[in-house]
Amino acid sequence: MSIRGKAHKVGAHIDTDAIIPARFLVTTDKDKLGANCMEGLEPGWIKRVTAGDIMVAGENFGCGSSREHAPIALLGAGIPVVAAKSFARIFYRNSFNMGLVLLEIGDEVDKIGDGDQLEVDIEKGLLKNLTTGAEIKVPAIPASMRELVDAGGLVPYVKKRIQTGA
Amino acid sequence: MQHTLAQKILARHTDQEITEAGQIARCRVSLVLANDITAPLAIKSFKGMGATKVFDRDKIALVCDHFTPNKDIDSAEQVRVVREFAQEMGVTHYYEGGDCGVEHALLPELGLVGPGDLVVGADSHTCTYGGLGAFATGMGSTDIAGAMALGETWFKVPPTIRVLISGKLKKWVGAKDLILNLIGRIGVSGGLYKALEFDGDTVADLSVEGRLTMANMAIEAGAKVGIFPSDDKTVAYGQAHNRPNAERLTADPGAVYESVVEIDAAALAPQVACPHLPDNVKPVSEVTGVRIHQAVIGSCTNGRISDLREAAQVLKGRKAAKGVRLIVLPATPTIWRQAMHEGLFDIFLDAGAVIGPPTCGPCLGGHMGILAQGEVSVATTNRNFKGRMGSLESFVYLSSPAVAAASAVTGVLTDPGSL
Repeated sequence: MSIRGKAHKVGAHIDTDAIIPARFLVTTDKDKLGANCMEGLEPGWIKRVTAGDIMVAGENFGCGSSREHAPIALLGAGIPVVAAKSFARIFYRNSFNMGLVLLEIGDEVDKIGDGDQLEVDIEKGLLKNLTTGAEIKVPAIPASMRELVDAGGLVPYVKKRIQTGA
Repeated sequence: MQHTLAQKILARHTDQEITEAGQIARCRVSLVLANDITAPLAIKSFKGMGATKVFDRDKIALVCDHFTPNKDIDSAEQVRVVREFAQEMGVTHYYEGGDCGVEHALLPELGLVGPGDLVVGADSHTCTYGGLGAFATGMGSTDIAGAMALGETWFKVPPTIRVLISGKLKKWVGAKDLILNLIGRIGVSGGLYKALEFDGDTVADLSVEGRLTMANMAIEAGAKVGIFPSDDKTVAYGQAHNRPNAERLTADPGAVYESVVEIDAAALAPQVACPHLPDNVKPVSEVTGVRIHQAVIGSCTNGRISDLREAAQVLKGRKAAKGVRLIVLPATPTIWRQAMHEGLFDIFLDAGAVIGPPTCGPCLGGHMGILAQGEVSVATTNRNFKGRMGSLESFVYLSSPAVAAASAVTGVLTDPGSL
């Protein structure tokens, strides 16, 4: 899977209240959540995003509340990938469960500027900065997550287990 | 292998041998929790999984506490979804309206969580039950849906940071100050993917309610769990709260810790976390004089009876300053009634407080105490992220009940000892 999009860079410790404030948590609808994505960081932030764009963040992205609405809001906003220095634990699990791709790339994040054009090849584990020419190796998805990814997410994984009685 | 508390509890809930941090373990859960915000999503995923029944109807808790009493049509619709699911599945522990309390105050009170339990909840503050010696952690709705269907989930065995606290706390310094101080030291990602294990003579002296306050904020350091040993106090708490078999539980001698953080409790002064992160912690003396417009006393962190008593002790015979909204939210119906019977409500009402129902309400900017642009609140809650309690241009200082009460009286951030 290859994804091309513009980088939207945000800082460190972006919390889930910034990604989707609690006042919007009165729905589970992906599009409604997406329309208010990052409203807790800056009103109207979403207007800058074109479907396929990539979020780029500092350390501990997604800290705070366990709301799964956060990865759903990002997906609803048309953001399929987040590259960050590091991720908060609950957000990390939620994202894989929801099908949002996370790239934990440490200090390599500094090689990406706001507005840079990026290309991500998930199979090859490569993130290319088309603006600067920099190539960033993406660490392989941990084995614990691969089982889920292979099944197509947690919902199909559990579905299969229920069907087979395993 | 000698186990830390976190490893010891995981080991009890899996058939695998727990040999090292980083290992993936599939574990059976003791209780699965969701609330009015996270349950609707979990139910959606549960149905998507093709599940038709929960693994054990006595081991699911659905607590509609966040927007209770339902603040608008949308939040009422969400609760309707949860209620109908609870009825359909025959879920024993479903709470809304007058049954309902803030989940992490309610479940310990009902004896639904206790030492040695493995609890997962679709709420990040599920880690609160570590105060009772449980391995308890927050997850997202779909993980919780999987746990509701299968009765199990996977964990990466965390390395443990040992937090050793010793010394006698000064007057007006307590559990909240200790945990704020720790978060200030290690930072909001200092415990990322790890377990915190609390120990030391100060910890032994702390009440169970104080331990719940501390474990509650483990997530504010990014930690997976924050666990206390279960001792005589834990056992007594269990006996008083429908857990007659609560057991003592400690880490194995010689267990391996990733690191040790030591806190000298005797040297500690009242702390506050300044806007806009829980690790922006200072002694209140350094920010004394900051004007406040609201003081919130409540939440899963500090809405228990001991917290209300502490606030009442400061507020007795005093009044909130003009222009300060003092909001008191006892965390459960039982606490509410107890505070009323103890005469605390007279003290709060004489001080000019608004006494609200048990609800998460203002903590997450839901309702019942939302901040306007430029407003400042001192709050006994757990998060002060930008916009958390209302306007993106508002400010939240996290503190103990005593600091919140003292600040309400003067209208500026205040050390209760200076009143």
